[in-house]
Amino acid sequence: MQETKTIRVLIAKPGLDGHDRGAKVIARALRDAGMEVIYTGLRQTPEQIVEAAIQEDVDVIGLSILSGAHNVLFPRVIELLREKGADDILVVGGGVIPHDDIPYLKECGIAEIFTPGTPISQIVEFIKNNVKK
Amino acid sequence: MDLAEKILQKDKRAVARLITLIERENLEAREALKKLYKYTGNSFVIGITGPPGAGKSSLVNELAKKIREKGKTVGIIAVDPTSPFTGGALLGDRIRMQDLTLDEGIFIRSMGSRGSLGGITKAAYDAVKVLDAYGMDYVIIETVGVGQTEIDIVKLADTVVLVLVPGLGDDVQAIKAGIMEIADIFAVNKSDREGADRLVHEIEMMMELSQKDFDFRPPIVKTVAVTGEGIDVLECRISEHLDYLCKNGILEQKRKTRVKEEFMELLKEHITRLILQKNESKIDMLVRDISNRTVDPYTALDILTKEIF
Repeated sequence: MQETKTIRVLIAKPGLDGHDRGAKVIARALRDAGMEVIYTGLRQTPEQIVEAAIQEDVDVIGLSILSGAHNVLFPRVIELLREKGADDILVVGGGVIPHDDIPYLKECGIAEIFTPGTPISQIVEFIKNNVKK
Repeated sequence: MDLAEKILQKDKRAVARLITLIERENLEAREALKKLYKYTGNSFVIGITGPPGAGKSSLVNELAKKIREKGKTVGIIAVDPTSPFTGGALLGDRIRMQDLTLDEGIFIRSMGSRGSLGGITKAAYDAVKVLDAYGMDYVIIETVGVGQTEIDIVKLADTVVLVLVPGLGDDVQAIKAGIMEIADIFAVNKSDREGADRLVHEIEMMMELSQKDFDFRPPIVKTVAVTGEGIDVLECRISEHLDYLCKNGILEQKRKTRVKEEFMELLKEHITRLILQKNESKIDMLVRDISNRTVDPYTALDILTKEIF
């Protein structure tokens, strides 16, 4: 039997910002790269994101944030994943995130942060090279 | 503990994992399904189908909430199209189901159609079994936004709800073959829009013209999924349909037919694979001969089958 692996990605927007064009651009690009992208829409709590990621059995979670709350919400997602024993899921972040904050976020367990202007091919490559399962 | 045992002990991650393995056609998935099979057959399967943009996901969201109010659990399989060009898919139905995510009695899984043309993915057949064994009282399958002939949902669902919206076509559409024939229940969604009453009327007309004697005449329910209007009536009609199926032994009959069809599919697939694997070079040779017109396809078939059987 031929086993076929398709990378599954959850794209989520935690917190209160109401602008998701960036998230949709990424979702579309990953789709075009042959991945299955589950888009969960705006204003998600970390709890909702982690629960959806578990039910959908995704390989990757992509968090997008523009509101400035990344230092709180990103680590919270990682924490919940650990609690649920789902920390084998690769977590990446993107959006308007100051460079100074990136080291802290990586320390918390976010694998990579993509700021505006990152070529999409770079994001695709990163995901393909780093999925853990 | 293996996957099957974990699922029987209500481990959500194991459910999610097994569905992934099913999608990947992994051998481990088969072993788990072998063990789970005897625990299946208890869920009612509701199919929600209809054209893109009809509001199927919002309707599923509201319907699931109504069923939950009765204390029943719901598994949801939401199918969205896979790109035939890249194999990628954007699965966006969860957006309309955000308020269900944290409900312990609900499990939502998005699936790509992955090359299937019938409106649902092949893997959905087994995913239903997983949710069934997991103990969900209802399994709702939302198909990809179907056109006129993607009607595989009838093979899988006990009750099919066809969601239509005003403004998609004239009354000739209503008497065409295909999708209009599969409904056990019609939901006229977005019925706050102009043309809703006319659509209801056209569906009624279509049933009048039918020569078929309806034991259960498909009811038509007007809904507005985003406000929840009409969902209680829809839920009621679904229950009535299930009652009807149970009381008349139709459900049993339906499921027997389904078991046979599924087994035939499995058999066809397996035999085809065996033949292709064991006769690869012979088949290549025959195909070459057919292309060169030195043999015709029917004679080639005779040659091959004589060698196998």
